[in-house]
Amino acid sequence: MKNRTIKVDYLARVEGEGALYVKIKNGEVENVRLKIFEPPRFFEAFLRGRKYSEAPDITARICGICPIAYQMSAVNAVENAFGFKLDGQLRELRRLIYCGEWIESHTLHLYMLHAPDFLGYPDVVHMAKDHPAVVEKALKLKRIGNDIVKLIGGREIHPINVKIGGFYKVPHKNDLKQLREDLLWARDAALDTVKFTSTLEFPEFEQDYEFISLCHDDEYPFNDGRIKSNKGLDISVEEYDFHFIEEHVEYSHALHSKLRERDNYFLGPIARYNLNFDKLSDIAKQAAADLNLPRYINNPFKSIIVRGVETLYACDEAIRIIDNYVMPDAPSIDYKIREATGYGASEAPRGMLYHRYRIDEDGIIQDAKIVPPTSQNQKTIEKDLKYFIPPRVNLPQDKLVWQCEQAVRNYDPCISCATHFLKLHLDKED
Amino acid sequence: MKNSKPKLAIFKLSSCDGCQLSILDAEDELLAVLGAVEIAYFPEASSRMLKGPYDIGLIEGSVTTPHDVELTRQIRKDCKTLITIGACATAGGIQALRNWKDVKEFTKIVYASPQYISTLDRSMPVASFIHVDFELRGCPVNKYQLIEVIVAFLNKRKPNISTHSVCMECKQRGNVCVMVAHGTPCLGPVTQTGCGAICPSYNRGCYGCFGPMDSPNTSSLSRNIEARGETKYDIMLAFRGFNAYSEPFRKESEAYEK
Repeated sequence: MKNRTIKVDYLARVEGEGALYVKIKNGEVENVRLKIFEPPRFFEAFLRGRKYSEAPDITARICGICPIAYQMSAVNAVENAFGFKLDGQLRELRRLIYCGEWIESHTLHLYMLHAPDFLGYPDVVHMAKDHPAVVEKALKLKRIGNDIVKLIGGREIHPINVKIGGFYKVPHKNDLKQLREDLLWARDAALDTVKFTSTLEFPEFEQDYEFISLCHDDEYPFNDGRIKSNKGLDISVEEYDFHFIEEHVEYSHALHSKLRERDNYFLGPIARYNLNFDKLSDIAKQAAADLNLPRYINNPFKSIIVRGVETLYACDEAIRIIDNYVMPDAPSIDYKIREATGYGASEAPRGMLYHRYRIDEDGIIQDAKIVPPTSQNQKTIEKDLKYFIPPRVNLPQDKLVWQCEQAVRNYDPCISCATHFLKLHLDKED
Repeated sequence: MKNSKPKLAIFKLSSCDGCQLSILDAEDELLAVLGAVEIAYFPEASSRMLKGPYDIGLIEGSVTTPHDVELTRQIRKDCKTLITIGACATAGGIQALRNWKDVKEFTKIVYASPQYISTLDRSMPVASFIHVDFELRGCPVNKYQLIEVIVAFLNKRKPNISTHSVCMECKQRGNVCVMVAHGTPCLGPVTQTGCGAICPSYNRGCYGCFGPMDSPNTSSLSRNIEARGETKYDIMLAFRGFNAYSEPFRKESEAYEK
C-alpha cells in the first residue's frame, strides 16, 4: 500500500466543522490538509463600530466552549488601551472564573472527546456502558467547573458578569462556601483523573516543537505575563504583531499562524506545562512526580495527561483563591475612556488567545484582531500528521484513520473559534 | 439489530457550538436523556454517524452559505420533527450583523484571498428556508428548556415554554428593577423569558439574548431609554445584538439608525 488517501469528511469529537485530507505517495506523505469548512462569521469586521464595553459579550459568542477565554482576552486588551490593570481581589476573581472554565473544558475534552479514542469507543455514552463510575465522576467534575463559571459569571455558557474594570456584581464570601466543599471533592477526582490518564497507551511520537505560552514570574499563567518560548522568544503582549504572522490558504476558512523568525509553534496545556512547571501548585507537581511524568513533554498524545494535571491545578488554585477571598468594596473600578490601541492575551484551555482593539475617543471600536489558539496550532497539527503517518503507513485503513483523527484531537481543536480570525491589515508585513 | 429507541440527530450550521454544548452541560441529566434516545448523529460528541431518517433533529446555527441552504433542505427531509436551537438558528444570530453591510467588502477586508470564501450576503434563520416544528430561543439556550423540548416531543406533547417578558421572571426573583431604581437601560420588558433574568440579578440591564417576546412594544421602551439620556446610536446597538435580525428588533434598530 504505497499510494493511499486518507479522507475524513467530518471530523468528530472536535468543536466545529473540519475535515482531514492526507495523500500518501510511495510511502511518503505528499499532502496533509486540515480543512476547516465551518462558515466564516466575520467577528472582527462587525466589531467595528461597536462600543468597547460590548467586546467581552460579543467575542464570547465566538466560542460556546471557552467564552471566558474570549471575555478575559477582550477585557485585558481594552483595559490595556485605557491604561490600567486590575489587582487585588478583582484580579483573583478573574483567575477563579478562568479556573472554572479550565476544569469544565479540560474535563469535557479529556473524558468525552479524547478518552474514547484511547479506549476504542465512538463516544462517551458507549464508554459509560462499560465504565459507568468513571463517566459519572467525570460529569460531576465537569459540573463543578461549570458551577464556578455560573456562580461568578451568571451562567455556564456566555456568562454575563464580566465587564471592563471588573464585574457587575461580586460574590459574598458565604456564597463560595458550598463551592469550596465541592472543590475538595473535585480535587480528589482530578487526582484520580491524572492517574487514569497515565494508564492509557500512547503512540511513540516525539517532535522538536517550539512551545509558546504566557509566562508570569509568580503564577501559572491565566491572564498575565510575557509571551515566551523554549526557543528564545520573550516578548510583551504588545509586541505580538511584530513576531507572529498569518497566512490565508485556499482549503481553509481559518488563517494559518506562524512565527516570523522561525515557523510553526505549539500552544496549549503541554506548552504551558513545559514552560511553567515550577509555578504549578505542590499537589499538581507531586501528582506529576508520583507518575514519573517527565518535566518536559514532547509527545502531543500525552496532552491528555497534562489536561488532567492542569485540571488538578485549577481545582487547587480555585480553593486557594476562595480561602483568601475578601469581598471587594466595589465590583469594578473607575476608569477613563481614551483613544488608544489595546493588546490583550490570556491562556484559553487550548492555548494563548490574542486580542487587539483600536478604540476612538468615544469608546467606539475602529479595528479588531482576534487570534485563537486553534488557528495558531493548525500548522503544527498538519506537520504532526506528516511525520506521524509514514512509520504507520501499513496499518489497516480504519486503524490509520482512527489514529490520525486522534492525533488531531491531541490539540483539542476548536474549529468554531478558528474561523473567526480574520486579518485586517494585509499590508502589515512591510 | 433493530433499535426501538427514537433516533436523535444534532446538526450544526454557522454557530459557536454553545447550544449543542448545553446538552453535554446538563451533567446531572445527560445520561438519562441520552439513554432515552439513540444518538444517531451528533458529530461533536460521537464519531458514530448513522444515516437518516431521524425521529428528532436539532439544528444549531444560522444559514450563511449556499451549502447551508442545501443542507437544511436535506435535514428537513431526514427528520420527522425538526427543532431549531438558539438565537443563530432561530434569528440569524450575531453573524446577522453582516445583513446591514456589504459582505463582499467584509470578506475583502478580513481575508487575504477573498476568492476562496463562499458565503451568502445574509445570515438567516433556518425557518426562512424550511418548515421547522419548534424554535427554541436563547444565546445560548437554557439547558432545562432544551431538555423540556426534547422530552415533550418524545412524549408527543407541546413543549411548555413561556413567551412572556423577562420582567415577569425578574419580579419572581425579587430583583429591584435596574431601570427604575438605577436608570440602567434594560431590554427585559421586550425580551422573552427563559434565561432566569440573570442580567438584572447581577445588576446589569438585559441585552436581549432570548430575542423578542410575544408582541413586544419596542418603540415605547426605546422612547423611555432615550428619555434617560441614551443616544440614538446606543439604542440602535442595543437592538442590533444577538437577535438583531428578528423582526421586532430589526425594525427598532433601523428606526434608530439615522
